Amino acid sequence: MSKNKIHSIKQIDRILEEKLRGRASALVYNETREKVIEKYKEKGLTVEELEKIIEETINRYEKSLVEPGEAVGTVAAQSIGEPSTQMTLRTFHYAGVREFNVTLGLPRLIEIVDARKKPGTPIMEIPLIDEYKYSEEKAKEVARKIESTTIENVSKEINVDPYEGAVIILDPEMLSDKGVKVEDVISILEKLRLGKVYVDPEDPYTVHIELRPEKVDYTKIEKIRTKIANAKIKGIKGITKVIIQKRGDEYVLVAEGSNLAEVMKVPGVDYRRIYTNNIAEIEAILGIEAARAAIIREIKEVLEDQGLDVDIRHIMILADIMTWTGRIRQVGRMGIAGEKPSVLARATFEMTVQKLVEAATEGAIDPLLGVTENVIIGQQVPLGTGIVEIYMTPYTPKEEEEEDIEAVIEKSR
Amino acid sequence: MTRPPTRISSVKFGILSPEEIRKMSVTAIITSEVYDNDGAPIDGGVMDRRLGAIEPREVCPVCGNTRESCPGHFGHIELARPVIHVSFVKHIHMYLKATCRVCGRIKISEAEREKYIELMKGLEELGLDYLKRRLHEYIRRKAATTQKCPHCGAKQYKIRLEKPHSFYEDRGEEGYVKLNPIEVRARLEKIPDEDVRLLGGDPVDARPEWMVLTVLPVPPRSVRPSILLETGIRSEDDLTHKLVDIIRVNNRLREHIESGAPNAIIEDEWELLQYHVTTYFDNEAPGIPVARHRSGKVLKGIAQRLKGKEGRFRGNLRGKRVDFSARTVISPDPNLSINEVGVPEMIAKILTVPERVTQWNIEEMRKLVLNGPDKWPGANYVIKPDGRRISLKYVDRKALAETLAPGFIVERHLRDGDIVLFNRQPSLHRISIMAHVVRVLPYKTFRLNLLVCPPYNADFDGDEMNLHVPQSEEARAEARLLMLVEKHILTPRYGGPIIGGLQDYISGAFLLTNKSTLLTREDVIELLGVAGYRGELPEPAILKPGPYWTGKQLISLFLPKDFNYKRPAKIAGATALRCIDEDCPHDSIVIVKNGVFLEGVLDKASIGREEPESLIHWLVKEYGEDIARLFMDYVYRMFLRFAEKYGFTMGYTHLLLPPEAKKRILEIIEEKKKEVYELIEKYHRGELEPRPGRTVEETLEDEIIDLLSKKLLDDVADAITPYFTLTNPVIIMARTGARGNPVNLTQMAALLGQQTIRGRRITRGYLHRTLPHFKPKDLGPEARGFVAHGFVDGLSPIEMFFHAAAGREGLTDTAVRTSQSGYMQRRLINALQDLKVEYDGTVRLPTGEIVQFLYGEDGVNPMMSDHGKAVKVERVIEKVIGWRI
Repeated sequence: MSKNKIHSIKQIDRILEEKLRGRASALVYNETREKVIEKYKEKGLTVEELEKIIEETINRYEKSLVEPGEAVGTVAAQSIGEPSTQMTLRTFHYAGVREFNVTLGLPRLIEIVDARKKPGTPIMEIPLIDEYKYSEEKAKEVARKIESTTIENVSKEINVDPYEGAVIILDPEMLSDKGVKVEDVISILEKLRLGKVYVDPEDPYTVHIELRPEKVDYTKIEKIRTKIANAKIKGIKGITKVIIQKRGDEYVLVAEGSNLAEVMKVPGVDYRRIYTNNIAEIEAILGIEAARAAIIREIKEVLEDQGLDVDIRHIMILADIMTWTGRIRQVGRMGIAGEKPSVLARATFEMTVQKLVEAATEGAIDPLLGVTENVIIGQQVPLGTGIVEIYMTPYTPKEEEEEDIEAVIEKSR
Repeated sequence: MTRPPTRISSVKFGILSPEEIRKMSVTAIITSEVYDNDGAPIDGGVMDRRLGAIEPREVCPVCGNTRESCPGHFGHIELARPVIHVSFVKHIHMYLKATCRVCGRIKISEAEREKYIELMKGLEELGLDYLKRRLHEYIRRKAATTQKCPHCGAKQYKIRLEKPHSFYEDRGEEGYVKLNPIEVRARLEKIPDEDVRLLGGDPVDARPEWMVLTVLPVPPRSVRPSILLETGIRSEDDLTHKLVDIIRVNNRLREHIESGAPNAIIEDEWELLQYHVTTYFDNEAPGIPVARHRSGKVLKGIAQRLKGKEGRFRGNLRGKRVDFSARTVISPDPNLSINEVGVPEMIAKILTVPERVTQWNIEEMRKLVLNGPDKWPGANYVIKPDGRRISLKYVDRKALAETLAPGFIVERHLRDGDIVLFNRQPSLHRISIMAHVVRVLPYKTFRLNLLVCPPYNADFDGDEMNLHVPQSEEARAEARLLMLVEKHILTPRYGGPIIGGLQDYISGAFLLTNKSTLLTREDVIELLGVAGYRGELPEPAILKPGPYWTGKQLISLFLPKDFNYKRPAKIAGATALRCIDEDCPHDSIVIVKNGVFLEGVLDKASIGREEPESLIHWLVKEYGEDIARLFMDYVYRMFLRFAEKYGFTMGYTHLLLPPEAKKRILEIIEEKKKEVYELIEKYHRGELEPRPGRTVEETLEDEIIDLLSKKLLDDVADAITPYFTLTNPVIIMARTGARGNPVNLTQMAALLGQQTIRGRRITRGYLHRTLPHFKPKDLGPEARGFVAHGFVDGLSPIEMFFHAAAGREGLTDTAVRTSQSGYMQRRLINALQDLKVEYDGTVRLPTGEIVQFLYGEDGVNPMMSDHGKAVKVERVIEKVIGWRI
């Protein structure tokens, strides 16, 4: 078509710089440059074609920008809410590890939106630093430090009897697997202050506790048993199980349970890449921005897992409304809905009568700024086409003119 | 009616003072008698005429208005003794605890008091409501714990609230002493204004002593209308009943007091009055027996009127019932445009549009008026310039038509070309309500184009939809400019088309554009006729043995002349049909260059719904929604017509397998079963190695499910695929994305496989077995829900039972899910609805707080994005130079 062939990348840059720079976002600019150069190397490009591409890009970019007044909140809520009707209710296995059940789908989404203190199935992903991540042995070493091991984990049987005392039969296999010695068990048991602890003279893996007389109480037998069973030998509180996964060429630990603060301190753990699905914990330890990022990531994962296509901007706005005050607020009456400035909006959502009574005693004023309030009193809603107002400078006559007008008025009388 | 030019800028809440109640009252209500013997309301009774006109043609003695315009007027009851308002008990309790029982001052030292006042004022100035609330909370708690009044030195006692409305003072040795409402009120009266403010109250509009009622307002009659039953008996509203109770007890109490009756009797009556007033306000107050009708029906208090989904707020204020709406069953009509809706004539004669008579339309309006309400197109009402409404039903229409002049408003029937809103519940997103153009049609259902089913999530198994007629010019303009169907082909959810081909449209498009489809001149003329093509026929692709056209040629006629497009078809999803680039032997890459459809077949990937970056997506984005709409109206109609011409159908015979395939399936089943039995054997011998973190039993189950569902079905699918090719309609539907998938095919032709409940094999039923047909503890496949037959062969009774059990799970799941996700969405909407993009590009709350500095971090509207990106540069390049690469 045209002979105006482009000869060099420099020429492309020059045209782009002249025609596209400043007329589209940096992101779009860079992508255009990259893609255009790629095509140029592949198939060649003429100046006219490049100019046409630039024109179309600018056109598209300008059209894509959001318009003032757009009810982005409502659209986001609908875009997340509508597909959630298609989600499954069940929990599924964690990617690749069938040992862990992870809450996914609608229940998980509700969990995030509720800003629960603890997720139903807390999970941590713990990458390791270079010295550890290539060796399964070394990974296991770290895993052992993290996984909380209780007496129950290493014993075959725990029997408590008011006459014979407590008998704990240890499992030698588990002991070696968890790297625990019988002496460790004994010292832990002694700390429980239940009575004298000794190893069975006939079996090195059977430990007895002679219960102190005041501890012998039929009603408390079960309690004592649980106390022994749950006694922590080592590891980090809250982490019940750790599994080593190979991802690419590195080993990564996946833990059931979550304790970000403690796990980050464990040597060998790469605390920069660590992740937990406990958003409240992320907020407490890494701050609100990290929490926001976590909310976005978690919601995105839930939706993607269900094969639902939702634009990330909708998720971001949800995360922002939950976090912009500097702390995580629940989507609901104890959080965002409960802190609205409007009495009517609060009353409409839940607990109508209580909210109205409260407002009455405070002599509260509803500024009528939001959507609900204006629907209630029958006024236009301040969104979309409803935000358009006329600004005008009323014509104020100058002094001499004023006199003229007065004269006219006078005459008309 | 003209809109009042004022705008309400704010609403203040407060508590009515006794003076205010008396001031706004038109009369004191003194007698519990309601009607006299003639049935006329008694003056001074709860249905006193002065409380507002409610009967037809009744004139209000207070304002002179009739029922339509009288707003109703309040009355009042002077209570013989004060009574506590239940809703405020918590606040009364707080005030009593925080202030001195003797001097009424807040129990905080003067110095501290000053400090807090300063602090409070500062917070108020800064508008920090949240912190202010915290401060009040803190002051309340602090004041409540003080044992001795820092102002007068009086000793303080603990005050206990006994639900619902009794206060006791713990006077140590004296024991608990009850505070009656008079004493409570006296204490509240003593609290200085400044102290009320410190405790979070408002001394101007909500003095604490007003929480103890001395005067009770009686709401207007229109608030509690009586209903005339068919039997002629008048039935009064619950509130009226309650008010009568209150007056009766109040009068009795007053008589007792005046006659100097013993204290115990007075106390009893007082308590009864308290009870009635309490249940009048809230008949669900805890710790109090509910008030009932004589019939035993629970009475509705004022609180019950406001509460809940059907209460005043959610039922009448946020959601309102409207006029000018219709609802009926929907049915499909592929011959309508996607932005049209077929409206039954019957409905069109009831719904009206107000049209102002001008000198240009006066003749037309006369005709409509002459036609009247029963003949379509006609009119139902004429509104004269003086505002009088004349029904055309009972009037000499000829005469009226004569007098018609500019300035009159004719409420004419709905007719073709009018704009209406169309909606299907649940309205989960904004595209559940879109504007359509009316087409008045015979019969009694709403008709809509099948392509708009996805946004409404509609089908035709009995679905009903609603239709609304906007009545103002502004509303109609917004509907046309913003809400019309074609403005919503793209969804803001992901930046792609949500409207697009489905089911037969896709099969039809595939068949039409298939390489082996050759069309005769008659075929071409018929198809192009359906598509409304008016130009010349293209050159036939084949000349010998006769002129033949390809389907692709027909599509090309409708594509813009500079359109370039390249994308793999959906059928390329199967590895056997995948190609890398042009000249694809399987015809599985769609290539359009300069508006000429060169290669590939149209299927879900290019013309389907919910397919971002598809052919229709680029058509909408690059050529506008009108071009896209016309493409969908006409070209898609051709797809359907071709499916009909082709005789596209699917039946039993398309699922039959030859004997050798059946044999192979049986072999596979046997093989897997054998493996399962081996596993079970191993388990019984105790040799099964448990997987880490699982018990032996769980491991066994996991492995069995693995074998019977995944591995077995995969093997079977591999075995049967060779017998199903792209000539089989089932395969056509599955591969093109029209309907169904390979799993469905296996389930029909071969077997259903393992049935599961909650991801486990079926174990429930009897002790250690699912059904009495099996031995206890049988772990074999058949005993745990393995179905070895497909739908073609039919299931055995036992298999059918298991299949039904597993199917039930899905049903319960859906039932539970809808309520859960519905509530979540309600909360999401509530949390996010006030956000908007400001002119400066920030996202803000109406109070001005910034939530995002730039919407979505790039200011891009997802609806106008290219599947989430501001600009999909690849597409731009393809658009420009696609013709040569």
